[in-house]
Amino acid sequence: MIKNRKLAAPYLVWMVVFILVPLAIVTYFAFTDKAGNFTLENLMIIGQYSTVFVRSLLLAAEATVICLVLSFPVSYFLSRQRAAKQKIFLMLVMLPMWMNFLLRTYAWMSLLENNGIINRILGFFGIGPFQMIYTSGAVVLGMVYNFLPYMILPLYTAMTKIDNSVIEAAQDLGAGMFKTLTKVLIPLSAPGIATGITMVFVPSVSTFIISRMLGGGSNMLIGDLIELQFLGNSYNYNLGSALSLVLMVIVLLCMSFTNGFDDEDMEGVV
Amino acid sequence: MSKIVSLQNIVVGFDGENVLNGLSLDIHDKEFVTFLGPSGCGKTTTLRVIGGFVQPSSGNVFFDGQDITNLPPYKRQVNTVFQKYALFPHLNVYENVAFGLRLKKMDEKEIRSRVLEMLEVVGLKGFERRDTTNLSGGQQQRVAIARGLVNHPRVLLLDEPLGALDLKLRKEMQLELKRLQQAMNITFIYVTHDQEEALTMSDTVVVMKDGNIQQIGSPIDIYNEPENAFVASFIGESNIIDGIMLRDFCVEFAGNEFTCVDKGFAHNELVQVVIRPEDIQVVPAIQGQLTGVVKEVIFKGVHYEMRVEQAGYEWIIHSTQASAPGELIGMCIGPDEIHIMTRTEG
Repeated sequence: MIKNRKLAAPYLVWMVVFILVPLAIVTYFAFTDKAGNFTLENLMIIGQYSTVFVRSLLLAAEATVICLVLSFPVSYFLSRQRAAKQKIFLMLVMLPMWMNFLLRTYAWMSLLENNGIINRILGFFGIGPFQMIYTSGAVVLGMVYNFLPYMILPLYTAMTKIDNSVIEAAQDLGAGMFKTLTKVLIPLSAPGIATGITMVFVPSVSTFIISRMLGGGSNMLIGDLIELQFLGNSYNYNLGSALSLVLMVIVLLCMSFTNGFDDEDMEGVV
Repeated sequence: MSKIVSLQNIVVGFDGENVLNGLSLDIHDKEFVTFLGPSGCGKTTTLRVIGGFVQPSSGNVFFDGQDITNLPPYKRQVNTVFQKYALFPHLNVYENVAFGLRLKKMDEKEIRSRVLEMLEVVGLKGFERRDTTNLSGGQQQRVAIARGLVNHPRVLLLDEPLGALDLKLRKEMQLELKRLQQAMNITFIYVTHDQEEALTMSDTVVVMKDGNIQQIGSPIDIYNEPENAFVASFIGESNIIDGIMLRDFCVEFAGNEFTCVDKGFAHNELVQVVIRPEDIQVVPAIQGQLTGVVKEVIFKGVHYEMRVEQAGYEWIIHSTQASAPGELIGMCIGPDEIHIMTRTEG
């Protein structure tokens, strides 16, 4: 091989300046107090925020599971279409992503509000009104809505590699629909499932816009908490850094868990 | 012999076009049956109808006397060897073969003995733990065959299983498949477009074209007694020329009268005459029933292929002796070598 390594140089520089250095700074702040002395206090007091951590992880997990359940059949359906049709359907899946993230979330606010569109339509039939906005359900809905394409795309990519004849072979050998799903389809889609879980779970667990807009004050997530330490009233970037660090470790643990399934080829997967 | 599979008036349409036009066919138990025809003739579709992967828009499929038209593939007592093998890439050789038995909830000891036995039969002993994706085409093919046969199906369907193999391996596998079919004593239904393959392996050949059956018969019947010009030209090379049946045992073609063994045609009926290239004897010009000029001589290994022009018609002759291009030669055709067919268009 010729010195292909040189080609990676621009990214290496980028990585050092924008990833490694900031990481080092975050770590430094996490282990120091305001005066710059070494301390473990920032990490010790994180225990106080365990409910926020648990809530973030739970809501993100919920959103991920819902995304997976919604995406699996639709991705399979997509992957079995003719090439031209696949492109059209894929575009429809991506379409919402072309719109601004904030705008999309605002739209849900006006839909879910107490005198929002949904409640007004229900009221027309004499039902409701229901408290929909500022609930944990609304936060999960926002996560699912915004991150669904990140589940569909890797699943779809993994499934296009499954030849129809393999599915037919399973049926031929006596597998009904359920057995074909569990013994062939799911194992063969595993790389896509793992990528999809990571790509939905990670942004969900660290989001702060969705929870603030749709969850109100009672559904604070880690993302909101971190934001408060840097831009909010509590202004404590040492604690903020410590929170970020802990979140990062949790995410890394989750990812190494899912990566156990996709040691196979991942090329072409988003 | 008893019928194991029976198709009755099967019609299959894709995109408004009929792939099978009311096809009816009986397949006898424990036979090696081959569907032979050019691509697009409906042979694979017929196989998939038997396997349950294609629902006919009308007609019925019977298996051992029972109507299975609406039975899904996983409930049918047939197994398929797919064109591209369709092995499960996430399972090793052993697990691929064991797949069907596992679904039957057989106990692990029984599965083990049957899988190992079958792998030995197909010559893959010791390959149990191998990854299927690292096997050669021939080995993958054997896994696919073992995966089907291990379930002891009454009928094994094979969809052009040797298409991707090189010539030498293909010939080996042809003989092996025939041996397997006899050893397992079950019905094989085999799809191919390769006429030589069909003749080598089959007890019965079903020649198809445009969703219709052209002829059903033993390889010898199909080769020696083709029912129409399509069968004659598709199976091996042949000279097909128009002729007139003057009376019983006498036919006129290429400007000459010939004695033949066919009878029962109408007086002066227009017919087509089939003569295989290897059945024309080359003799000195003055002794020939027909004389022609050699246009081209091609060495084919076992024989020479000569193109001989005679009265505007180009004859193909296979002979172990080469004549020189430009030479005037005589041709003799014995009565047994002349096969008469009713004239059909095309």
